[in-house]
Amino acid sequence: MHSVSVHAENLTKRFGETLALDNISFDVGKGELFGFIGPDGAGKTTLFRILTTLLLTDTGSCTVEGFDVVKNYKNIRNICGYMPGKFSLYQDLTVEENLNFFATIFGTTIRENYDLIKDIYQQIEPFKTRKAGKLSGGMKQKLALSCALIHKPDVLFLDEPTTGVDAVSRLEFWEMLKRLKSVGITILVSTPYMDEASLCDRVALMQDGRIMSISTPREVTGNYPLNLLSVKAGDIYNLLGELRDYPGVYSVYAFGQSAHVAFRDGDIDKGNLSEFLIKKNHTSVEITAIKANIEDCFMELMNVPSPAPL
Amino acid sequence: MPATTENIITVRNLVKRFGSFVANDHLTFEVKKGEIFGFLGANGAGKTTTIKILCGLSYPTSGELSIAGFDIYTQREKVKKNIGYMSQRFSLYDDLTVYENIRFYGGIYGLGKKEIDSRAHALMQRLGFETSRNKLIRDIPLGWKQKLAFSVAIVHNPKIVFLDEPTGGVDPITRRQFWDMIFEAAHDGITVFVTTHYMDEAEYCDRVSIMTDGRIAALDTPDNLKRQFNAPSMNDVFVKLARREEKPI
Repeated sequence: MHSVSVHAENLTKRFGETLALDNISFDVGKGELFGFIGPDGAGKTTLFRILTTLLLTDTGSCTVEGFDVVKNYKNIRNICGYMPGKFSLYQDLTVEENLNFFATIFGTTIRENYDLIKDIYQQIEPFKTRKAGKLSGGMKQKLALSCALIHKPDVLFLDEPTTGVDAVSRLEFWEMLKRLKSVGITILVSTPYMDEASLCDRVALMQDGRIMSISTPREVTGNYPLNLLSVKAGDIYNLLGELRDYPGVYSVYAFGQSAHVAFRDGDIDKGNLSEFLIKKNHTSVEITAIKANIEDCFMELMNVPSPAPL
Repeated sequence: MPATTENIITVRNLVKRFGSFVANDHLTFEVKKGEIFGFLGANGAGKTTTIKILCGLSYPTSGELSIAGFDIYTQREKVKKNIGYMSQRFSLYDDLTVYENIRFYGGIYGLGKKEIDSRAHALMQRLGFETSRNKLIRDIPLGWKQKLAFSVAIVHNPKIVFLDEPTGGVDPITRRQFWDMIFEAAHDGITVFVTTHYMDEAEYCDRVSIMTDGRIAALDTPDNLKRQFNAPSMNDVFVKLARREEKPI
């Protein structure tokens, strides 16, 4: 086990009536790539703002690299890089001016840490005299990451860096993260895209201010409590409804061109199901036993009722 | 409903320039009545520009466009009356209640008071929102908001509904419930024009177009595209097609 980089204990945060964080605890090891996976409103941004000393928690405590977020907030700010979900660089400064600005406030220079950002910054360097506000989405993202890295932080917080980003750019972004991990930076990243979970060392699945599970992606899928069949047939719209009415079915969710049917051990026989669907006039019926993916697991965890409030 | 052969959207040689930048470079395509049409592309490929033009919010530089049977240059108001629009970023007013939002949009689309009331009632019942009628939008969960926004976008029974990343950031169960609503609307004959970054959702479309650099690089059914690009999923098709290098806008 690594030593601990980020430690959070019983964090709760309310905004008026809304319980944004509901008694959250976790540890992130040094050098770990740790993902917070959950939809909008799960509490990811609130959590990141508390960890980066920008917001006070109502209850509980947390430390980053041994520093307390309240008492030692200045130390934390020196060793953390933070990329907020909303683009927060200076739109009317150029690419290079932004990077210089962030280097200067952390008492360093672009040249001193150029090695760390080289791979990322080189992609936008041809446009270094362009104002940040005039960059495309993908380029803004690369500039923001360069600025968050320019002081060589020990811990990097990335709040939804891939939201609204197309599938190709998302892949490229995760390749960059892998490289950063390899130089020893601890990375905490949040995302609403379930498929990105498999790229993390460990993930916390979040919903409505709670952490539903924390483990490696492999453990998450390994702990899926039901059996799963992938069912393909011509007409997905009718297929979903018919599968939901089939005896023994626990849940049915669409996954692209197939439906994932969950059931308890021994409840469903593939042959019988196939016969049933053919009787319902489905053609080219394909039924395969499959392993759960992260999204299957997330939806199953969402179906488990939350513990009663104290 | 299986898509028909009747064209509800016809686009011929659509060009849109911003200064020297060509955002849409001679787009030509049709959308069939009753179809779920997926409009995909990398960031900055020019999708939003096209949608704005199709909705009558921006003029093309050149090209011929007919939307729901109306000409985009001379019959813009008629186009607007026959379409619905919903985006991820904005569609409902946070400081109005559920009912007030329905009434507001119903009014904008020219429905009478009685009609609005009966449709609002049916809509809230279908969504199970009866008890939330007087709740402010800002106080309801995102997933509910998106479902309501979609219902509001089709409250006037438009011929076409445009959905711009309607499921971004939505939890996986709600995302699927949202697609159930899309299937239902298509089943009722409404043509659905949708953009998304979730490639599993691309598989739900009758046909998908993929834009790169202002052009349509591919357009076909998901099955045919997978065959054509020898790819197991739409995600792989997209990755093969989408441009790799960033260009400034």
